[in-house]
Amino acid sequence: MKLHLKGGRLVDPVSGRDEALDVLIIDGRIEQLSKSIAADKSIQVVDLKEKVIAPGFIDMHVHLREPGFEHKETIETGCASAAAGGFTAVCCMPNTNPVIDEESVVRYIIGRGKQVCEGVVDVYPIAAATKGRKGEQLAPMAELAEAGAVGFSDDGSPISSSEIMRRAFEYSSMYGRPVIQHAEERTMTHVGLMNEGFVSTRLGMLGIPRVAEEIMVQRDLALLRYIPHARYHVAHISTRGTLECVRAARTEGLQVTCEVTPHHFTLTDEVVSGFDTNTKMNPPLRTQDDIVAMKEGLRDGTIDAIVTDHAPHTVDEKEVEYPAAPFGIVGLETAVGLAFSELVETRYLSLFRLIEKLSTNPRKILSLPQINIQEGELANITLLDPSFEWQVDTSSFKSKSKNSPFHGRRLKGKAVGVLNNGKFLLCE
Amino acid sequence: MKKTKIIDAAGFQRTINRLAHEIVEKGKGAENLAVIGIRTRGDYLARRIAAKIEEIEKKPIPMGTLDITLYRDDLRGRLDQPQLQSTQILFDITGKTLVLIDDVLFTGRTIRAALNALMDIGRPAEIQLLVLVDRGHRELPIKADFVGKNVPTSMKQKIDVLMNEVDGEDAVFLVESEETEIKR
Amino acid sequence: MKLRGRHLLGLDGMSREDISLILDTAVSFKEVLERPIKKVPPLQGKTIVNLFFEASTRTRISFELAERRLSADVVTFSTAGSSVSKGETLKDTARNIEAMKIDMVVIRHSAPGAAHFLSRVVKANVINAGDGGHEHPTQALLDMLTLREKYATLEKLKVCIVGDIAHSRVARSNIYGLKTMGAEVSVCGPATLIPRDIERLGVRVFHRLEEVVKEVDVINVLRIQLERQESGLFPSLREYHRYFGVTKEKVAKAPKPITIMHPGPINRDVELSADLADSEHSVILQQVTNGVAVRMAALYLLGISN
Repeated sequence: MKLHLKGGRLVDPVSGRDEALDVLIIDGRIEQLSKSIAADKSIQVVDLKEKVIAPGFIDMHVHLREPGFEHKETIETGCASAAAGGFTAVCCMPNTNPVIDEESVVRYIIGRGKQVCEGVVDVYPIAAATKGRKGEQLAPMAELAEAGAVGFSDDGSPISSSEIMRRAFEYSSMYGRPVIQHAEERTMTHVGLMNEGFVSTRLGMLGIPRVAEEIMVQRDLALLRYIPHARYHVAHISTRGTLECVRAARTEGLQVTCEVTPHHFTLTDEVVSGFDTNTKMNPPLRTQDDIVAMKEGLRDGTIDAIVTDHAPHTVDEKEVEYPAAPFGIVGLETAVGLAFSELVETRYLSLFRLIEKLSTNPRKILSLPQINIQEGELANITLLDPSFEWQVDTSSFKSKSKNSPFHGRRLKGKAVGVLNNGKFLLCE
Repeated sequence: MKKTKIIDAAGFQRTINRLAHEIVEKGKGAENLAVIGIRTRGDYLARRIAAKIEEIEKKPIPMGTLDITLYRDDLRGRLDQPQLQSTQILFDITGKTLVLIDDVLFTGRTIRAALNALMDIGRPAEIQLLVLVDRGHRELPIKADFVGKNVPTSMKQKIDVLMNEVDGEDAVFLVESEETEIKR
Repeated sequence: MKLRGRHLLGLDGMSREDISLILDTAVSFKEVLERPIKKVPPLQGKTIVNLFFEASTRTRISFELAERRLSADVVTFSTAGSSVSKGETLKDTARNIEAMKIDMVVIRHSAPGAAHFLSRVVKANVINAGDGGHEHPTQALLDMLTLREKYATLEKLKVCIVGDIAHSRVARSNIYGLKTMGAEVSVCGPATLIPRDIERLGVRVFHRLEEVVKEVDVINVLRIQLERQESGLFPSLREYHRYFGVTKEKVAKAPKPITIMHPGPINRDVELSADLADSEHSVILQQVTNGVAVRMAALYLLGISN
């Protein structure tokens, strides 16, 4: 494979570069990086005029559903979806069957990841923090980390017990892996369907109160203060209160990081009014004020990463009455477009900062090696077209599932290609 | 559009008087008699006729109003749905001789609906039909017992009945419609 | 005169004209209900299916009577418990029944939005007969008809809904309908049963019946469900009755007679004292009568538009 990435703008937070550069890639390795590269008929030229070369994107919060729920998604379709959305790596959550709570499952997923889509997407499992995600006994974290798990989480469920959370912090700290908390005080949320507030009152739906998230984050931060060498990552934050807790804890010097999904900085609970089950997710869509808070948090750096919480469910599972529908939406193929449209177009984030939140920061949180766009290095690249205007069409999704509330939405900005492990793929 | 007045105010009153007398004559009095007007103009017509019979016979005549909307055969799918109104018949029609009153007799479908509606309300001894104008073109085997004026019409023509109570004037017009054929 | 939509899913967003049309039409049907033969032919040949996924005797009977009196063919499908626990989904059930060529569906379901969902998956006209805690439009319409009969207009009428507002579809539909028709609506109940931000719907919130009776014309008393106590939302039925039960003694302190309404079935001497329920100020039985007329009106207006 010989590729000439021609006329693009390299934006690389790792090296701090933002300049027009041509890249020559031979057999997956960066051969040359310069202002202009001599034309050669044996080399495939990729015209990147007005386009951007960025270090490969990673989505650190994805549900690939395999093993156990292959009717919703498989590692193969999930990776295809990731690549189509501009990601060269995903971290998959452990709520599979069997749960990712023993090394064989970790190894299976990593191995499968290398086999599918010609390995263009690296798959990094996040293992369960507790056995069976039951929140009762710690999972074998050392073995799991050694097998390749990059973090620990019971995502889908919170680690409710304070005692278990304390021990998870202590034990995981030995291996420098973060504990990723799905922050939810379950005694307050178990019957809830959507954000508790004016809209839930109007619709007569039971609510998921914002404090249920904030209480859990505050408790975890108290524990973190007690065990300061642990690393705490708050998954999919959704409220202004949570953001403010994290911001204060950061100022205080605690090792806490957090992430937000595109739907939580784009949609409010108003969209639930039509009872479309593709608006049902946990944490639920909140209010306009929370959206503003999420954008502020992204801008001031309190929010480190943008993740999709890609949660595939089949049409049959979702085409039911609202309470019966499972929580979650797919996100891999809309994330980059939404981030551009909602954050870059609106000038909340520079392109540089956006790339940090989709590549550099999550790698830092998970202690993954940074991508070096340097001569001699393996190419791991996402190509972007910031001005590309398009309309979301779920039927064209590579994901097995189509449960997106963004069908028909017009977006500006899109990933147009990915390059990783010697494989080059155009995003269609 | 050409309009010809075929009954003027004086003629209107004379017609009502004559019809009232005909009813009394045919019934040999007004024993057991009641009148039912079909909304909207049949209703006003019925009031006038009832008043006249009362004047002739010196006794009260029961009078009711029938809304036939629910019994129409062209109810469904109409773009312009008529507002449903109440039937007000505050006496028992069973055993009575009813004079059913409408302004214009045309296809006969309205009368069919009215007959069905009356049957759901009770079992009258007899029903007679009175119309101010019979313009022909029946689609059902229905015939009026009392007719104010027979007006042979073409399908391009239309009969407009005006009444003081709603229109501020008593008159009947024959109108040449510009449409090739009026809707029935 | 025609309704704006093909379905009757709720009163949230329904126009004043549409509500008035249904109420005016219901008045005409009340006359039909006084006849010896209480049956009229406008829905002859139409097939209506009543899908009741939640137990409800009165609403079901009221709908069935309304349908039969309009000469429709009627099939009722009731199932105890929720459809969720059953194998077949609501969508499958509805599609299967529709395959049998039906024209209208009346649905009662425990899930908020169930009627909306149904209206998206079937071609028939859908009438919401109660969807979880969301809406119960025909109940609110019959309540409004009853009040309009008594007060001639709903404009400026002061109505307080008392009880478990948080879980009540009757409360929501009444709030939407009454507000649209110009009434002044308030709610009263324990703080645990008043949903968040309800003030933003334009209603006042009370926690003391003593204050309510001072200013309102009407109290609409909601049925209290025992399971709310079990989930810790109020301490005991005794305490509920003492502070939120509507009784003759509490109402006696009102400066003017207060009309008492209840959607039924009543827990006598819990949310409403028996003597008050049977008193001259109670319009509970008129509500039941008006229920059939209002449902005939809704079915008629939707049925003839096809």
